[in-house]
Amino acid sequence: MENRPTSVWTSNRFWRRSATWVTGVAAVLLILLTFDSMGQMQMGTAEDIQNKVTKRIPSPVVINYKIDYVLDPYRGHEVPVIGGQEVDSATGKVSSKFEEKENFFGRSDWSEEEARALIHKGKLTIQAKNCMDCHTLLGNGAYYAPDLTKAWLDPAWSSEGPLQAMTGASSKEEAMAIFLQNPEKYPTHERMMPNLGITPEEAKAVVAYLKFMSAIDTNGFPRNFGKIKGAVDARK
Amino acid sequence: MQGNRLYEGQRLALKYFTVAVVLFGAQLLFGLIAAIQYLYPSFLYNTLDFSIARMVHINALVVWLLYAMIGAVYWLLPDEAGVEVVGVKLGTIGFYILTAAVAVVVLVYLFVQVGPGTEMTLWLITEGREYIEAPRWADIGIVAVVLVFLYNVYATVMKGNHTGILVVLMADLIALAGLYLAGMFYTDNISIDQFWWWWVVHLWVEATWEVYVAAVGGYILIKTLNANRQVVEMWLWIEVAMMFGSGILGLGHHYFWIGTPEYWWEIGALFSALEPVPLVGLFVHVLYDWGKERGKGNTIKNVPAFAWLTVETFGNFLGAGVWGFMHTLPQINLYTHGTQWPAAHGHLAFFGAYVAIMISAIYIGVQGKAGLKEMKMTRTGWWAISLITVGVLLMTVSLTLSAYTQTMVERGMHGATWEGYFIAQANKWFVQGMGWRLAAGLSVIAGYAALVYDLLTVTKKQPEEVYKAEEAAAQTA
Ligand code: HEM
Ligand code: HEM
Ligand SMILES: [Fe+2]
Repeated sequence: MENRPTSVWTSNRFWRRSATWVTGVAAVLLILLTFDSMGQMQMGTAEDIQNKVTKRIPSPVVINYKIDYVLDPYRGHEVPVIGGQEVDSATGKVSSKFEEKENFFGRSDWSEEEARALIHKGKLTIQAKNCMDCHTLLGNGAYYAPDLTKAWLDPAWSSEGPLQAMTGASSKEEAMAIFLQNPEKYPTHERMMPNLGITPEEAKAVVAYLKFMSAIDTNGFPRNFGKIKGAVDARK
Repeated sequence: MQGNRLYEGQRLALKYFTVAVVLFGAQLLFGLIAAIQYLYPSFLYNTLDFSIARMVHINALVVWLLYAMIGAVYWLLPDEAGVEVVGVKLGTIGFYILTAAVAVVVLVYLFVQVGPGTEMTLWLITEGREYIEAPRWADIGIVAVVLVFLYNVYATVMKGNHTGILVVLMADLIALAGLYLAGMFYTDNISIDQFWWWWVVHLWVEATWEVYVAAVGGYILIKTLNANRQVVEMWLWIEVAMMFGSGILGLGHHYFWIGTPEYWWEIGALFSALEPVPLVGLFVHVLYDWGKERGKGNTIKNVPAFAWLTVETFGNFLGAGVWGFMHTLPQINLYTHGTQWPAAHGHLAFFGAYVAIMISAIYIGVQGKAGLKEMKMTRTGWWAISLITVGVLLMTVSLTLSAYTQTMVERGMHGATWEGYFIAQANKWFVQGMGWRLAAGLSVIAGYAALVYDLLTVTKKQPEEVYKAEEAAAQTA
């Protein structure tokens, strides 16, 4: 079917071969990079935390620790800090100390197994209730409600924040769980979260997931989270 | 107009097209509900919440495009290969099974909506993962039906001509179907979850679907303009090289912030920045062929199909190329990620790249069914294409303005907190954008009504000269 091409640039055969090669090389590179990323993205273990090894996605036992999100001058963006921070005086690099604990639903000794079971239930619930068709998680999802990547660290849920006060609970995790079960009772804006029939166990598990997610290293997304309120509304 | 013989495969194609158009209507209806909820949040609150409306909106989109894509392949397959589709009976059974499954999934979405946090919910109700929310049982059904489809394509091509268009499609469809498997498993690790989820979503819309469009676009050019096959196929191979060359590693632009290593910043930025290049190529190619054939005094054999194809090349370049590029560099994406930006881009890109060409293919089917050698555009057809295209463009511009406001206010000024989010949502300019989006949606819906009417009547409303030419041709034959 092919006419004799006048030059290689108008030869279908040349372009067919080029397409095959380019696709093959790109696909192989993607697969190699995927292997490397998968290695770096495996969930950490309680042992890692014991040994003070930082993982991009830490062990679920981080729910026993205080979590923070601070600027790391070395990396040039914010990083999650688990159990207190340590700053390298030469480079400014921030790392987690994995020391300062914090109660989660009254305990700070959730074992690896218990924490994993909680996270498992939490993730299943997040999918079963379709959270991502209103919210974004790690920035992906829908845009009808706030991003939940660092919701655990949101000043609104802190002990001075309006959301915790609204539920009358005495801790952040309890406040979040109460809200999730009865969102229509605690409207914060005209746009309200619907009642998704979340049970007390599911609510606890979802909150655990949110806490765990806030400890994932997202390369500095979202930027300046909860840091600049005073700057824009200094009179408050 | 009678006496026109269709292949059985083409009759099956028409069935796929019919369901596609119906689901397109459902998509728009639920998009409208979601858009109303942005402005009046109590609308259907706790009855049909935003999440459900949005899920039906985007699932109907993906499913109707897949229907139209399968339909277009069944249409061109016997025509290109020169033989009847092998296994067309099996294909027809597959069609009915798939359609029944889609109906059940939608009913469950609407009436069951959510389930308890157990594996069972993922199997029976929803998987809760954007675009591919369909429960696992339906996934398995889809895979079975797609296997039948792939078998039909391969067996038919083996028997008939191996045209360049068919060879590209065969390779591409295997990849397209295989990628779906990457979205079918569960993991507690949300970063790994999203990593593979993007394999499906990105490697569909920015690689395999784009190549599909290049192949089917080539076929439509040959059909509507009598374009030179040799040249069309050469361009096709060049486009395949550029699309896969940029799109595969361009996947990295979704791996900036989800718990992935930093090297994706550079890789994602570089390769996704190259993604617009083949889209310019596609655009130039169609304009070039148009000018060339018109210059020779050739008429366009199917004006509505060709008009929609030009909307696709322009819309693809603008929606995917320009609007995609605007937020693809990590320095910008850090602030735009998770705002209305992707929504602005997503609307114009899906419309420009896929909706327009599938409507074009459906017009080819309508023409073929009536057996017309030439088909002109009716007045209704012009209304349809204008209302829909202007509507989507206006919607994109409105969302872009809202997105700017959100980015500046929520991300720039308030650091992305709960409070910052709602301050931005209440901003006057943000709300105005949402209002214009709703108005634009109504324009799209009006255009859709005109489109449906036109698809049903266009072959009966041709100018006299079309029918005269048809009779003259019948007499000489
Ligand atoms: C026809 C082709 C394309 C379609 C249909 C498309 C569609 C979409 C959609 C729907 C999203 C939002 C996904 C979500 O729901 O989270 C998205 C995200 C994105 N697209 Fe595209 N796209 C296309 C091509 C491109 C191209 C060529 C580029 C770059 C040049 C691009 C850049 C992006 C980026 C950077 C995002 C991520 C936004 C974020 O999450 O921060 N897209 N695309
Ligand atoms: C009547 C017309 C339409 C209206 C009113 C409408 C409205 C909406 C709304 C409200 C959302 C949710 C955005 C959010 O999560 O905040 C949405 C999402 C979406 N719509 Fe539409 N839409 C319409 C037409 C279309 C068309 C024609 C297409 C495709 C060509 C489309 C593709 C999408 C996509 C891909 C998303 C997901 C966007 C993302 O997550 O980035 N819509 N639409
Ligand atoms: Fe992408």
